[in-house]
Amino acid sequence: MKVVVDLNRCQAYAQCIYAAPDHFALHGKEALVYDPSPGEAARGAIERAVHACPVRAITAYPDTDTKVGETR
Amino acid sequence: MTVRPERIVVVGASLAGLTAAHALRERGFAGALTLVGDEPHAPYDRPPLSKQVLRGLFSTDTTLPRHPDLAADFRLGTPATRLDLDARRVELGDGSRLPYDRLLIATGTRARPWPDREEAALAGVFTLRGRDDAQRLGAQLQAKPRRVVLVGGGFIGFEVASTCRDLDIPVTLLVRDAVPLAAALGPRLGGLIGEVAREKGVDLRLGAEIERMEAEAGRLTAVVLKDGERIEADCLVAAIGTLRNVEWLDGSELDADAKGLRCDGYCRALRADGGVAEGVFAAGDVARWPNPHDDGALVAVEHWGNARAQAAIAAANMLAGDASAMRRHDHLPDFWSQQFGLTIKLVGLTEGADALAVVHGSLEERRLVAAFGKAGRTVAAAAIDSARWLPAYKAAIRERAPFPPIEGAVDQPRIRVQEP
Repeated sequence: MKVVVDLNRCQAYAQCIYAAPDHFALHGKEALVYDPSPGEAARGAIERAVHACPVRAITAYPDTDTKVGETR
Repeated sequence: MTVRPERIVVVGASLAGLTAAHALRERGFAGALTLVGDEPHAPYDRPPLSKQVLRGLFSTDTTLPRHPDLAADFRLGTPATRLDLDARRVELGDGSRLPYDRLLIATGTRARPWPDREEAALAGVFTLRGRDDAQRLGAQLQAKPRRVVLVGGGFIGFEVASTCRDLDIPVTLLVRDAVPLAAALGPRLGGLIGEVAREKGVDLRLGAEIERMEAEAGRLTAVVLKDGERIEADCLVAAIGTLRNVEWLDGSELDADAKGLRCDGYCRALRADGGVAEGVFAAGDVARWPNPHDDGALVAVEHWGNARAQAAIAAANMLAGDASAMRRHDHLPDFWSQQFGLTIKLVGLTEGADALAVVHGSLEERRLVAAFGKAGRTVAAAAIDSARWLPAYKAAIRERAPFPPIEGAVDQPRIRVQEP
């Protein structure tokens, strides 16, 4: 999986941390840190986090291969 | 430009380029889509590079998520070297040529190198912009340098300093100005962050500049400051700004220089003669355009949020047909920074602000929202660990509402206006 969080949008509601505690964490009161590249096994947890976010700040897609100079 | 495009080329395979590619597909563009990137990496996210990637938290692979059906041709590791506007063609470093119906220029910026070449080449001297930079610097930090010297009083410098303290590495932060982060946050909030940094053990030096570096066997051993003080250090990070990647546009007749590629409010690239370059658009750090939130000043906004917003508008306008259907890029500048456990967020532009009002929380708690005023109008708002309140001020900033934006509210009977 590949994950990115729009931290302009994030308001530290921390719902992602309940949904996927191994892949999202708060440092301090509001500083969200997250795993940008969780394994495929985490897919369910990550998708729950995406849907749980009240401000819809999380984007996640499965891995796609891109090698240097390659199409797609 | 009314003909529907069949071939779109995006030069720059980072946040803006990838965002535009997604937006083009979402808007139904089904033609050939090519992304050109000078780095060998698929598009990746940069903000984590100065923070969690250096710390070694989670994965260091910040490749941005791509939609499974993006169907784009990535030409990675091959820089664009020339643009021929008349032939509507981009030339790449490997000699290949890419014809286009629409072109998006999103080549961004690179780290400004340390000005002394010999010093810049020393082992232990770093800049931080790309994934490879972060990998090298991260490895150095994991090896526990005796002291890291950071040069530059911007957010990257502070974020790396914070990371060093998290790793319990002694760190000296050299800031040329008298107050850190003042350009973005104003002296009061910048000063507050400086105070927090010192409490967390950062040796923060204001008004400090490097005279020279000392080295043994090609490896940094110390820096000597302009005031003569010598600081022993085996690692130095120069976070002294960026340079725009516009050199490949030399000879193209576009209006591009060290300040960026000039565009109009619709993200259309302009020629040196002031006319619109047909079919050519720009987005992200490389673009400067008349910003409606800065009285139409030609500025580049080098922030993550702007790259995304501008890329989305550029993509829409690339498919708009004629100019009457185009949308104006009027994104309100916004950014965040995480350091020393604090989350700092800003919307609007604080430049020229003459007043500040703490509208939630307090400076003492280090948890607050502050509104910035300029000539009696609200121009920006900053939050420290109070992100939830910040969106409420966006409308006031957009409208340039009277400053302070709220007065005499039930929960805020007295808002004290002070110097920023």
